Amino acid sequence: MTTTEIQDQLFAIVKIYLPQDVDASAINKDSHLMNDLNINSAHLVDIALDVEDAFDITLDEKDMEAMQTVDDAIQIVKTKTTG
Amino acid sequence: MLLSELDKIVANLPYGEGFKFVDQLLEISEGHVIGVYRFRESEFFYKHHFKHQPITPGVILQECMAQIGLACLGSYLTKDDKQYQGFVFTEAHINFLSQVPPETTVVVTAKKEYFRFGKLKIITQMVNEHGQKIAEGWMSGIAIRE
Repeated sequence: MTTTEIQDQLFAIVKIYLPQDVDASAINKDSHLMNDLNINSAHLVDIALDVEDAFDITLDEKDMEAMQTVDDAIQIVKTKTTG
Repeated sequence: MLLSELDKIVANLPYGEGFKFVDQLLEISEGHVIGVYRFRESEFFYKHHFKHQPITPGVILQECMAQIGLACLGSYLTKDDKQYQGFVFTEAHINFLSQVPPETTVVVTAKKEYFRFGKLKIITQMVNEHGQKIAEGWMSGIAIRE
């Protein structure tokens, strides 16, 4: 899977959990999920679980802590899917 | 007097008497919880909801489901992990199917959908003492860490 394909899928997942006052156009590679997109910790878990399903991977506490920005998530998915 | 494990969970809930909507737990496991509550005629909200026609507010029914399904089950699931300090309610989608007059005893059943990264999601339903369904849906909460 290419980085662009992973990124597109991640954007689609993140979009579902945006607060009402954050537009989907605000999502980019460097967006910090909590600080820039205002996603709360409960929805961060939803994103992690959707990422697991979408890419057929399992995330642990360490991955969860590392997943700060959209790009962090892309890197985690890349590592887990090529491993 | 020694309290059973189930009674201990109820006794340790963080709610005051006027806002505690759990009398007793009947069952609890890693995957489910069943609890009961009798809505007393003296509850504070019956005087106002509605004027001259006391009916339990949906928001209170939902609170009752959250206290049994999230707070009690969450307390059980985190009992061996001291870093957890309780749960906050984060989300709910509940359908209300019938009304609850004063002095109704409700039975709340909740099944764990998942408990991951501190977030507990449950599928829950409430029935009255005749087994008639009052409400059903899902809700979630997140564990607070110290």
